[in-house]
Amino acid sequence: MLTFLLNGETVEAEVGATETLLDFLRERRCLTGTKEGCNEGDCGACSVIVTGEDGVARAMNACILFMPQLSGRAVRTVEGVAGPDDALHPVQRAMVDHHGSQCGFCTPGFITTMAAAHKNGAVDHSDQLAGNLCRCTGYAPIIRAAEAAASEPVPAWMDEAVAGSTPPYPMPQSSDELAAWCQDNPDGTLIGGATDVGLWVTKQLRELDKVAFTGRCADLQRIEDTEDGLRIGAACTIGQVLEAVKPLYPSFAEMLRRYGSVQVRNAATIGGNIANGSPIGDSPPALIALGATLHLRKGDTRREMAMEEFFVEYGKQDRQPGEFVEFVTIPKQRDTLQCYKLSKRFDQDISALCGCFNIVVAGGSVAKARIAFGGMAGTPKRATHVENALTGKAWTEENMEAALAGFTKDYAPMSDMRASAAYRLQAAQNMLRRVYVESLGIPASVLEVRP
Amino acid sequence: MSVGKHTAHDAGPLHVTGAARYTDDIPTPRGTLHLAFGLSTIARGKITSMDLDAVRKADGVLDVLVADDLPHDNDVSPSIHDEPLLATGRVHYLGQPLFLVVATSHLAARKAARRAQVEYTEETPLLTIDHAMAAKSHFEDGPRIYTKGDPDGALAGAANRLQGRVEIGGQEHFYLEGHAALAVPQDNGDMVVHASSQHPTEIQHKVAEAIGTPMHAVRVEVRRMGGGFGGKESQGNALCVACAVVAQKHRAPVKMRYDRDDDMIVTGKRHEFRIDYDVGFDDTGRITAVDFTQYARCGWAQDLSLPVADRAMLHADNAYNLDHARITSHRLKTNTQSNTAFRGFGGPQGIVGIERVMDHIAHHLGLDPLQVRRENFYASMVGGADASPLSDAAHRLPAMGGNISEAMKSGAAHEDLTSRGAAPAGGGEVHVAPEPQTTPYGMKVTDSIICEMVDALEVSSDYQARRKAVAAWNDKNPVLKRGIALTPVKFGISFTLTHLNQAGALVHVYQDGSIHLNHGGTEMGQGLFTKVAQVAAQSFGVPLDAVKITATDTGKVPNTSATAASSGSDLNGMAVLNACETIKARIGTVLSEGEVRFEEGRVRFDGTELSFAEAAAKAYQNRVSLSATGFYATPDVEWDRIKGHGRPFFYFAYGAAVTEVVVDTLTGENRILRADILHDCGRSLNPALDIGQIEGGYVQGVGWLTTEELVWDDKGRLTTHAPATYKIPAASDRPEVFNVALWDGANRAETVFKSKAVGEPPLMHGISAWLALSDAVSACGDGYPDLDAPATAERVLMACQKLRA
Repeated sequence: MLTFLLNGETVEAEVGATETLLDFLRERRCLTGTKEGCNEGDCGACSVIVTGEDGVARAMNACILFMPQLSGRAVRTVEGVAGPDDALHPVQRAMVDHHGSQCGFCTPGFITTMAAAHKNGAVDHSDQLAGNLCRCTGYAPIIRAAEAAASEPVPAWMDEAVAGSTPPYPMPQSSDELAAWCQDNPDGTLIGGATDVGLWVTKQLRELDKVAFTGRCADLQRIEDTEDGLRIGAACTIGQVLEAVKPLYPSFAEMLRRYGSVQVRNAATIGGNIANGSPIGDSPPALIALGATLHLRKGDTRREMAMEEFFVEYGKQDRQPGEFVEFVTIPKQRDTLQCYKLSKRFDQDISALCGCFNIVVAGGSVAKARIAFGGMAGTPKRATHVENALTGKAWTEENMEAALAGFTKDYAPMSDMRASAAYRLQAAQNMLRRVYVESLGIPASVLEVRP
Repeated sequence: MSVGKHTAHDAGPLHVTGAARYTDDIPTPRGTLHLAFGLSTIARGKITSMDLDAVRKADGVLDVLVADDLPHDNDVSPSIHDEPLLATGRVHYLGQPLFLVVATSHLAARKAARRAQVEYTEETPLLTIDHAMAAKSHFEDGPRIYTKGDPDGALAGAANRLQGRVEIGGQEHFYLEGHAALAVPQDNGDMVVHASSQHPTEIQHKVAEAIGTPMHAVRVEVRRMGGGFGGKESQGNALCVACAVVAQKHRAPVKMRYDRDDDMIVTGKRHEFRIDYDVGFDDTGRITAVDFTQYARCGWAQDLSLPVADRAMLHADNAYNLDHARITSHRLKTNTQSNTAFRGFGGPQGIVGIERVMDHIAHHLGLDPLQVRRENFYASMVGGADASPLSDAAHRLPAMGGNISEAMKSGAAHEDLTSRGAAPAGGGEVHVAPEPQTTPYGMKVTDSIICEMVDALEVSSDYQARRKAVAAWNDKNPVLKRGIALTPVKFGISFTLTHLNQAGALVHVYQDGSIHLNHGGTEMGQGLFTKVAQVAAQSFGVPLDAVKITATDTGKVPNTSATAASSGSDLNGMAVLNACETIKARIGTVLSEGEVRFEEGRVRFDGTELSFAEAAAKAYQNRVSLSATGFYATPDVEWDRIKGHGRPFFYFAYGAAVTEVVVDTLTGENRILRADILHDCGRSLNPALDIGQIEGGYVQGVGWLTTEELVWDDKGRLTTHAPATYKIPAASDRPEVFNVALWDGANRAETVFKSKAVGEPPLMHGISAWLALSDAVSACGDGYPDLDAPATAERVLMACQKLRA
């Protein structure tokens, strides 16, 4: 039996392990305000507000949120954003006043995302709403509404009283418990935020019978900041990682700002991002460039490896049955990291390629170069030839240009719907050129140009 | 006054609370069944066997239907009966429905549909324009050709001549609400269908054919759609017919909705086009002759492709007077989704063609493209035969959401409106013609205001200074290049199939003075219901909340046209007005033989007055009908699409946009920095809603020409079949500075309160973003960028590389 709060009221329900919150709301509770737009966490029409024991309101996509993940949490749907006596929330009032809805189908998702941002005092509206697609308005009136509502107080009814509960499915409370479960279920599936596994269910229509959820592993949800570096538990969300790396590696944080959307970053975990072995990944290339170490655990046996060694080939990682990603450590270093994420759309898009450059120049020469790319091979991969061509040489345009040939040895990218092989290779080379021109102080980021 | 106000969308409070009900939200009766299609996995071939045993045995499955199981017509085509609901032996595209699963739940139906074992004899599919041209795979007999003057002679004698080609990708509608339908059989075998459709009458017609009843046995209701954009004009037929057939067979309510991936794989999109051009021009950039060849990829079935391709031809001139022109149009049949209506309906592609030509000429001559455009604009008319005063100064609608400059607000542009023929604002010279100029299809252009609008926009957007600033920036910055472009729009308003230009309405006034309103248009977000209610409120002189807007219902208003071609408020507004006037006349005869005025909630006559409710009650007591139908047929349009001659449009809507962009010439990544739009809605019925259409249309147009790339693999599989891979604009893609203003002038044509249609025309303002990207790329070298669309970062980089090579 699952117990959680739904629009302020306690709900107890028998739920399936991979039953989505969206189906539960629409089909079992007749709460049809929450919409299905894409059923894969991309359009945001199903956004709801989920509040955990920390009391923080988070927008999440109900279509790829499994019911057991709500254990001990509070869910607020669009129906619960208006107050008692049907008083409109400030974001609702502003959306009406500013003509922020046309067809209205995306609107409930906008309302919940906006209400969560409003509660958190977030005013970076474009980022907050990057995970909500609207096809009618062109967004201008929606942003006007968000701006207008920002100064209004948070209504009292938005408070949540979250209470703990007994989870209905395996939900280890610590990495020890998780290790035990994994040993007992070497063929089981671990579910972190379900932003990837969710699609196995909603799109591939797979049945997953043996699952455990990592959302309660307290020690894996912590980031420790020590003299040596950051130690990031595998169950930390991308949102947590973003905040942790922001002061140390702002370019990494900026790349993570474009990782999925607020809804996705609130759910997706760093462990899932690494363990699923995506050739694109986004955080792995940055972690490789930073020289991060991956820590795996099987039972009581732990081993560690350089991040890049984990990715053996497409679809194959160096992980044994029953073994799981426990944490990642990033060594502290002077920040020389540059991350360039290239996608068809800036926000909320999977990278065509993602290049991360950690080039240390000392006394005019390249002392160290760690360069890694996603989207250029079957795995996130280092550009070893390019690194070697640069290392020890003077940091000059001539030497940089000479190193570009290394890309064709390091990578044989493929063509797909995101980009052609030729473009990937050209853009990868040009990213090194960008590192160079930026080191000269020449502007090269369109995101920094103002009208 | 109800019209002309910034009235909010009637359903706004319902949208924001989640209370607004869409088709999939309607509570279903007990025992509702659910459907899913089994789809073909090849693009072309013969089905040799279809083993559906595993499907039938899957959990929750009650029935599986193939083509032979259908009781009556197996056809969901909106045109020439070439589109079976379920495949009949042959497969024409990858994603074609082959069989229909009936199950106890949506999920059970989806899961079961994947268990089919289908074997095919595969044939090589025709996927591209080149494939289809090589195979001579045309709809109609071959190309359609419209000609004006002597293009060959004029081309041969031209001082300058250019040839080129532009490839224009298609566009997925990506309405946020996917297709959905619910059919509920009635006790006498009749069928009620709830549909997410822009065309309830067509649904009624196709369902009646499919279940073997007269149309009177089928009632279709549409309260609202979660977006349509043309994608729900014909593409909902399949779901509604499937639901009705199964509902009839199983005597149970039946619901169907497409999962997003299925929606994108099954349904048609905006037509891809290739346009070849050959243009002659003088040294000022004035076009002396142009020869366009348009190739439209129509997909496997005809659907609406002929009128789409026609409209592309009809917009090959855009806002430019062409003395000698030929437009050749190939409508190509391919093994891909059957392309369909999409906001603009071919017009945008036609306009992209001529705007490319303008840009290319300007580059060739080293002139500002705006100057070349001005050389070619349709002239303003002096006292044109059917011209009426362009604007009245008393009617100035406030611009909303924009920061149109003070120069524009108080400037000479408006003066020019009220005194026709006076000197215009801005630097340009307005061409004034004594005789109407004609389009390539022989229609007189008597209402052009493009010169005046562009002059005003040039000033308000500070175009000239910014163009200089862009050049200065580009001189200093080696990597980041800026670009700016101003493009005009002239868009023809009317269905080109002339008989569709009609509408009906039903208005009841109750004895308490409340008003119940129904008409043939559908609400898909555009605010049609609000506008039409404003018209009724205005006519009766009552507050807007006296008017109840009700769902579109084929049982109330019959034989309606699709809500399409931007015509919703023009047609239905007039039909409603007509009904209101009938009722007012009847009330009037009860009250007085003299003048009876309906205003401010009062009915005034013979020096006395009643409240509207009292007047209604009095009419009722005098046994006078307070219910009326209204009807409207657009006057003055006649069109021969084979000859390519006549007056297909009642009038034109105009507009112009300036977009400035910045491009990273190392990766092709780019941003829109600023957009300024001036758009003509005639005397706006509702400026807030009209500005919403303009902002939304612009961003949708930008998406089409930039990030929205449809990719098929060489088997004909659409690989961009979900939002993870198909990228419509997100919030941060809107221009950081976004100034939208309405051109304040009455329609010269007699439309409802002199307003103009607004649904489609603003989409084409997005073309300015595409040409601004081209302008930025041109800073990389001396050549012409000839950027294809969509101008993804990849295409932009490749264009930069070409110029640098």
